Amino acid sequence: MTPVATPFFFYLLSGIALISAIVMITKVNPVHSALALIVTLLACAGLYLMLYAPFMAGVQIVLYAGGILVMFLFVMMLVNIEHLYIEKMLNSQWRVGLAATAMFALLMLGALVKGAGTLPQHIVNSPENSNVQQIGLLLYGRGSGYYMFPFEIASILLLVAVVGAVVMAKRRV
Amino acid sequence: MIKNILEYLHSNTTPGEAGNLFWVVVYVLLVFAGVSFGVVFMNWFERKVMAHMQVRLGPMRVGPHGLLQPVADALKLIIKEDLMPANADKLVFWFAPVCVVMTAFCSFIVVPFGRTHAITDMNIGVLFMLGVSSLGVLGVIMAGWASNSHYPLMGSLRSGAQMVSYEIAMSMAVVSAVMMTSMATGTGTLSMIGIVQAQMQQHIWFGFSFFPVGLTAMGVFAIAMVAETNRAPFDLPEAESELVAGFMTEYSGFRWSLFFLAEYTSMMAVSSIATTLWLGGWLRPFPNLLGGANWDTAFSLIPGLTFLLLSALSFYSFTLMPKLRSMRGSTLGLGGFAALLGLLGAFMLLPAVRVRVQDIFWFTLKVAFFMYLYIWYRTTFPRYRFDQLMKIGWKVLLPISIGVVILTALIGVRQELFALVWR
Repeated sequence: MTPVATPFFFYLLSGIALISAIVMITKVNPVHSALALIVTLLACAGLYLMLYAPFMAGVQIVLYAGGILVMFLFVMMLVNIEHLYIEKMLNSQWRVGLAATAMFALLMLGALVKGAGTLPQHIVNSPENSNVQQIGLLLYGRGSGYYMFPFEIASILLLVAVVGAVVMAKRRV
Repeated sequence: MIKNILEYLHSNTTPGEAGNLFWVVVYVLLVFAGVSFGVVFMNWFERKVMAHMQVRLGPMRVGPHGLLQPVADALKLIIKEDLMPANADKLVFWFAPVCVVMTAFCSFIVVPFGRTHAITDMNIGVLFMLGVSSLGVLGVIMAGWASNSHYPLMGSLRSGAQMVSYEIAMSMAVVSAVMMTSMATGTGTLSMIGIVQAQMQQHIWFGFSFFPVGLTAMGVFAIAMVAETNRAPFDLPEAESELVAGFMTEYSGFRWSLFFLAEYTSMMAVSSIATTLWLGGWLRPFPNLLGGANWDTAFSLIPGLTFLLLSALSFYSFTLMPKLRSMRGSTLGLGGFAALLGLLGAFMLLPAVRVRVQDIFWFTLKVAFFMYLYIWYRTTFPRYRFDQLMKIGWKVLLPISIGVVILTALIGVRQELFALVWR
């Protein structure tokens, strides 16, 4: 049985991701943009699967399904869609934008040319059926939990944001 | 090619793991047909059970005891005119039912009907099912928004808020079951087949391990899954007394029937998550009390005997049918149905068949239990108000589920804890 991770699927998924990303920034209607965004994110989940990171792919779907949902609600409640069609779509900062894009492209090119030696030629194939267990061990394992501290710091940061939102909303009630 | 096809029959893995494309296609078609048949049956069964609970007869006209009523309904829906509102967002309006149906059926990829009876086994099985089933709500929101009408929009907003609030409690309950999988071996798993195998190794269904804890987690999941699938008493997104039909108001004909199909399919999907996590998936009941090879054989006879019993009951009612000229069609139909059931039962008693079929039988039976609960809830409970729904989600289910997670973790490491204290 040949592996699923063939170049065809890579080009297919990245093509879908790129096209829907372009659709997302060019659509006037924000709901269409949100829909295009979720297609991009699903294609990215497929790319994670090809990198033998099924847990990342699953978490990508679970988190962004909820995230996009909330974005939908924001769009429906806060954005005046009729108004958007009258407004000019691109603002006059295209020179700065172009410069920033060119700089970023140069940076990526430089990284690709200069740092080609540091890129792994072959994916380190952690056995697919223990990927989740490996992540668990890295996060919480006794003696191997190197990422315990950063993980907890990130959780506390999120908790602070949640508590802050509740406090700010509560004051007005 | 043919050798490759035949070889799979002797293997002990799912076709996805074996990488056998032919059997993957066969299994996908079988699961699709089986689930669709389940939806058709549920349509008839729900109307019948509700009717009898309310002292009515329910559908009686089409076929014996209304058995062919869902077929007639489906035909009507396909023939019916398919309307689209003039100011609707055409593309999104078209895509919403497709999205809902696709996600509902997609989650059946990892549902294990038996050790070999799943399309594939994923290392992220439960996560995949939760993620895909939460994508289905996007379809509901899209439907509500694209209809360009007030009631559908209200319905879809409610659906979104409901899903966000109940998903957390649901995931926490799942986490507690996943933690239990690590009890015997030290490493847990998210794979659906792995979870059932962990229950087999520990000789207990997770619903009963750490006695009240597992059962509480199952209870939290069983409540949250009703809210997730927008069923009564949490059916606020389609509350007909307030919102006409909620997000489906502008849909008609075939598109509406797709929503209907997706609703029942996702009900079955979440019921099979609950079955797999807490009721031992395809495992037969009483493996400890009534263990041993003899009892194994006895239990493997049950599926065939059940079908024979149903056949006998149908045959009995066949003899009771009035001997009228106008009833002859129904009478013959019932007799044929009895004969079909009898043949199926006899086929399932064959030793080679019953070993493979019993897994599917037990799994389906447990899923059917949850599906019956859905109908029972619908006839029993009045619909909640929206603030009551939010209160249950955030102030009752969420604290209970977090407590269940903490308790599971504490009981799981109790020996290490005692060792620390009594050192």
